[in-house]
Amino acid sequence: MSVSKDQLIDFIYDETRMLDEGRYTEWLALWLLDGHYWMPLDYKQDDPINQTSLLYEDMFMLKLRVERLNGARTFSQKPKSRGHHVIQRPFVDEMNGDRFVTNTAMHYVETRLDEQQLLALTARHDLTLVEGKLRIANKRVDVLNCDAAFRNIQLLP
Amino acid sequence: MGHYTGNPKAAADLVQINQVHRDVYINQDVYALEMKHVFANAWVFVGHESQTPEKGDYFATQIGNQPVIQVRHKPDDIHVLYNRCPHKGTKIVIDRQGNTGKFFRCPYHAWSFKTDGCLLAIPLKKGYEGTGLEETDSGKGMKAVGAVHNYRGFIFARLAEEGISFEEFFGDSLSSLDNMVDRSPEGRLKVVGPPLRYLHHCNYKMLVENQTDTCHPMVAHESSAGTAVKLYEELNLPEGSPKPPAMEIIAPFMSPYEFFEDMGIRTWPNGHGHTGVNHSIHSNYSDVPDYFDSMSEAYGEEKAKAILDENRHNTVYFPNIMIKGPIQQLRNFIPLAADKTIVESYIYRLVGAPDELTARTAMYNRMINAPTSIVGHDDLEMYERAQEGLHVDGMQWVNVQRLLEEDEDFSEEAVLNGTTERQMRNQFNAWRKFMTFDLEQQEAAE
Repeated sequence: MSVSKDQLIDFIYDETRMLDEGRYTEWLALWLLDGHYWMPLDYKQDDPINQTSLLYEDMFMLKLRVERLNGARTFSQKPKSRGHHVIQRPFVDEMNGDRFVTNTAMHYVETRLDEQQLLALTARHDLTLVEGKLRIANKRVDVLNCDAAFRNIQLLP
Repeated sequence: MGHYTGNPKAAADLVQINQVHRDVYINQDVYALEMKHVFANAWVFVGHESQTPEKGDYFATQIGNQPVIQVRHKPDDIHVLYNRCPHKGTKIVIDRQGNTGKFFRCPYHAWSFKTDGCLLAIPLKKGYEGTGLEETDSGKGMKAVGAVHNYRGFIFARLAEEGISFEEFFGDSLSSLDNMVDRSPEGRLKVVGPPLRYLHHCNYKMLVENQTDTCHPMVAHESSAGTAVKLYEELNLPEGSPKPPAMEIIAPFMSPYEFFEDMGIRTWPNGHGHTGVNHSIHSNYSDVPDYFDSMSEAYGEEKAKAILDENRHNTVYFPNIMIKGPIQQLRNFIPLAADKTIVESYIYRLVGAPDELTARTAMYNRMINAPTSIVGHDDLEMYERAQEGLHVDGMQWVNVQRLLEEDEDFSEEAVLNGTTERQMRNQFNAWRKFMTFDLEQQEAAE
């Protein structure tokens, strides 16, 4: 089975919508088990392991993050945060057999109570075709002002 | 309470033996006094020498609300200068770090200064001839802070020209910094990457107090650490399979009260202290291959073991930093206003030690200290609720009397039950002392 450029682009749009609608169980199911969600701290950072990142999360951490959002004693989510992406049409940078790379510019808004913040993001998705389905092998989200002092970022930009 | 401006004594009176008045957290005039007296008379952390390794390298930061520059003037000589041109006040550097070459040059009128602050040149200098510029502060160059001390790579400064010496201020509390640096087989640390920067809408003291608050982890972090433990149990992994890294880092926050009682707290004079006298949440980290061997080679087996058996949890250095020796971290709680604090969390590499240790401290930093950290979210929520709650006029005192003893003497080192709030009282005792420090000097002189 082959994958078209449009299918890759639709996948990114669908994933973003899942996040904005809080459909996290579906979202987690998109991931390969050894995938990592990386949000670097440094501009153009190339090492996720040996220096600090904002996020570098394996499936256990991502599940923990999602599970925690609904916890009875998760006080920082009472009331809950809401997130919203506006994304540009993704670039499809690589199409190599079963492996694909996309690059997507996004504006992400997260809000809770009286506060709202806007982040400009570039997301790189490494996608893999497994048994006819596209899955996220890795995702890297670069924040334009990664070196700024941030307030809480509680959801997944 | 009363009016504070120009009256540090009134601010000092906000501290009682078992409670402190809310104005120490929410009143902007008290904040201004803190900056003028506490932060000027104490020794405050500036940066690490590895942030400015070469001649001309600088690092711009703040001591309290004062913008300063740490700059390497000579290979073994680091200076701390106020970040303003003596001419019109323009900040000399704006980027957080860089190299200025042989001199600083103000971008406004091109006054230039050597990297020790001395005035080098002024364009069209004849315009000042006979005006007596050399007798003014402006004519002397960039102003230096009162005193600077490099302790094993960590740069501290005292803004006041005269005052308590570095050795007297820190005393035996330096053993925590020693232990952190000794964990490098070469006795050297190197900063790794930029720090996390996390903005809190609360008073910086809430964050400092939280570092030795051992009765909050199992409550405030139930949402993150408790959920981690639950998820892990649900995984039902066969015995002996490796634990997810999150379990090693986050799960110990759910340790029971007895664990924290038994870990112990030590306090030192001048507001310093640490948790984890006997053990800590860092005690059971897995061994890193080859590390002990390189430590034994450097120090001998016995001393290497003694260094690594020390598991101090959080060491607070009054007034506003915390270090974690076992994982080489430093958190700087920079007070921007009574209700605004920026937290910068640094990690360091142990020179000569395996990379796995750097990976561990990087992991801890992002899991616990980041603006994206679930554990960080738990804490910030509590601080900011307190900052708002303290505006209730019907009740104006904050309680700090857990395990209070009669006639506590903070000028003596003490080791106590790990859930005591003595370290918080110790910090406020030092806060009083340095709030009125120059007042007492003045009175003594009169």
